[in-house]
Amino acid sequence: MGDYEIPEELRYSREDEWTKSEDGRVTIGVTDYAQQQLGDVVFVELPEVGRSLEKGEPFGVIESVKTVADLYAPLSGEVLEINEALVEAPESVNDDCYGEGWMVVISIADPADQSELLDRAGYLQHIKDRADQDQ
Amino acid sequence: MSQLQRTPLHAAHVALGARMVAFAGFDMPVQYSSIKEEHAAVREGTGLFDVSHMGQIHFTGPGSVETVERLLTCKVASLEPGRVRYGLLCNEEGGIVDDVTVYRAADEQLMLCVNAANVEKDYRWCVRHSPEGAEVRNRSAETALLALQGATSAATLGALGATAVAELKRFRFVEAELVGSPALISRTGYTGSDGFEVYLPSGAAVALWEALCAAGARPCGLGARDTLRLEAALPLYGQELDDTTSPLEAGLDRFVKLDAGGFLGCEAIRARREAGHSRQLVGFQMVGRGIGRAGYPISRDGRAVGVVTSGAPSPTLGNSIGLGYVPPALAALGERLDIVIRGRAVEARVAETPFV
Repeated sequence: MGDYEIPEELRYSREDEWTKSEDGRVTIGVTDYAQQQLGDVVFVELPEVGRSLEKGEPFGVIESVKTVADLYAPLSGEVLEINEALVEAPESVNDDCYGEGWMVVISIADPADQSELLDRAGYLQHIKDRADQDQ
Repeated sequence: MSQLQRTPLHAAHVALGARMVAFAGFDMPVQYSSIKEEHAAVREGTGLFDVSHMGQIHFTGPGSVETVERLLTCKVASLEPGRVRYGLLCNEEGGIVDDVTVYRAADEQLMLCVNAANVEKDYRWCVRHSPEGAEVRNRSAETALLALQGATSAATLGALGATAVAELKRFRFVEAELVGSPALISRTGYTGSDGFEVYLPSGAAVALWEALCAAGARPCGLGARDTLRLEAALPLYGQELDDTTSPLEAGLDRFVKLDAGGFLGCEAIRARREAGHSRQLVGFQMVGRGIGRAGYPISRDGRAVGVVTSGAPSPTLGNSIGLGYVPPALAALGERLDIVIRGRAVEARVAETPFV
């Protein structure tokens, strides 16, 4: 298994997104594990501002040279902001997935949803379990 | 899942941290670090590919030339020893069994290099269409194949003592000694850049791989191989070509001796040409944002007209390119096509190939 940077202060979905919650606003991106698995990211498609997301629904697409992957909403909520810079610079997802590579900011409908997200240890275990299943 | 086969370099790929994928029944490296960087290494420097999964079928002895002449769409008798040609094996319906390169080592000694996915099929096909007693051997398992590709590949190979290869012309080959092993070196490749393909006994593959890496070649995976061949608009069997494709639909006319005839599939290919083809392979560049990938529909004025066979972002051009089949009436350069990406029609234009 590779080496992944998984920050302690973030919370994670089982679909390899990170979330960062501040005053009811949640920023979402993909994890270091996800960007390493994808390889060179060349295209990102994000939802429109104002769209309502249902937890678990696909809300965008991320494409590397070889693959197309859906982005799944880790929480329900309304899209407040999208990272327009990714249109011109999708490589930010590889270079700085927790910073300039952020995808969207949403306002969450139900703060209790967050309790289902994984912490760092839980997410690392999830990566490991999934890798073991693939063996 | 059945057990994947491994090339003699499998352990070397894993040690380098390559991401491995199943391809044509082999566990192969798709990338080591970055497809874009590996792609650039070939366009600007030297990249090294393990393509030992590919197959080699040898024909030796009296009658070999006539046998292969009948099997292949390209001319074989006129091929001088030391030269290589690209050609196709076709079935009686004029469809493509495989696309191959043929090497003539001596008067009655020929080798076909065939696609990994087709080795068994090709071998059976070759045996079936060879006269009784002909010597046809599948030597794929005992043969390793390394592709050294890129602008500076001649110098890289020269650093191993094979200085004569700098003078070698395209589509010619020499037999030489490399890392203490006999090797066949051809100036050929599948990237659109200068380069060499080196055939050698499986047991010598690791030594040659390590020596070439030490000489500055960068390991490259199948991911970069695919973007490189796509920029060069070289077809990939299973995507642009299959058992139903006529070579003429795929734009491979110049590799088909249609006038001379006398090869398997010739009559059917002529008949299909007379009847008129319903589709033609074209290159396209995306105008709108998006990547038109293999399997995506091609439409025009809202009507489905074809399908994408290969598509990817071009690391050299910076925008997305692809190949696909459309009706001949829509195949002219600059013609507007729409690629249907996740249900949305995105503008593309028929573009000149090769793309770079």
